Amino acid sequence: MKNENLYNYILGIADNSLVLGQRMGELCGHGPSLETDIACTNISLDLFGQVRSYFQYAGKIAGDDRTEDDIAMLRKEREYRNVLLVEQPNTNFAYSIGRQFLFDVYHLAFLSELQKSKDLTLCAIANKCIKEVSYHVRFSSDWVKRLGDGTEESSRKMQEAINDLWTYTDELFHQTEADKVMVSEGIGVDVTKLKENYYKQVSYLLDEADLQVPESKWFQKGGKEGIHTEHLGFLLSDLQYMQRTYPNMEW
Amino acid sequence: MSDKKNWPLWEIFVRSKNGLEHRHFGSLHAADAEMALENARDVYTRRNEGVSIWVVESKHITASNPEHNGELFEPAQDKVYRHPTFYDLPDEIKHM
Repeated sequence: MKNENLYNYILGIADNSLVLGQRMGELCGHGPSLETDIACTNISLDLFGQVRSYFQYAGKIAGDDRTEDDIAMLRKEREYRNVLLVEQPNTNFAYSIGRQFLFDVYHLAFLSELQKSKDLTLCAIANKCIKEVSYHVRFSSDWVKRLGDGTEESSRKMQEAINDLWTYTDELFHQTEADKVMVSEGIGVDVTKLKENYYKQVSYLLDEADLQVPESKWFQKGGKEGIHTEHLGFLLSDLQYMQRTYPNMEW
Repeated sequence: MSDKKNWPLWEIFVRSKNGLEHRHFGSLHAADAEMALENARDVYTRRNEGVSIWVVESKHITASNPEHNGELFEPAQDKVYRHPTFYDLPDEIKHM
């Protein structure tokens, strides 16, 4: 492949949206209320829409006959480049919201930087996605505040979720080899520069929600290199079921 | 929120285009006005149906009682002269 770094870079961005979209989609029919159910699956569909744009572009860069569907559905677990945060399960609604919130704040900052990319396609995708993601931030931070500042039980569950998910936040700001090359070419976003502001913003919102900012400095990593938690395999077996069982199936 | 198990009901009004009036789209549950707006956005405008949303808690709407329909509405049925249909309009006026 001529431009393998760019290809891998796009997968790194898109896999986050793909896996998080699948997680939110799992809530379809299982949300805590009809209205919240629809909101969560809306977010899921926003994310899948973004994934399509990225993978269509990646398919073009690959320059062979692979399609957006092949890229989404037919890779092995170790070939997915998403961060560990987005693959964490829907343990309860607080975890779904906590995961969404911790990713959304990063996602919005990332996209506003990606809008400055020298790659015009990535720039256009970022322009399109940023409004959707602005709403995601509004939705998830609103819910973090509601649950954190709600009843004793909701506050305890929200705090538990934030504490458990905190260990996956640092990885958002790690760089792969492809990332570094893309940054040096003015195409990629230097995520290391987003870190300080991210923790500032997240801490501010947690504080507003009457929640404690976790103090733990021990962080998990590996997703960006394809080393995942045990949860991704189960998620992929759901996601890939149709294509694995009925290869080349279309509808 | 007085009842923690059940969120109150809200009536949702959506303006589908600038220049048109807000129309009643339906109702949904939400804990407060802000959540009602967000829920309405997701439930009623995700297919590009609107440019503006109003929400009002259902309990604030006073409705006429269907049992009183007789006295309220029937007297108007035989008063066709209340429609302006008894005038001869000049031909030049097209759209009345």
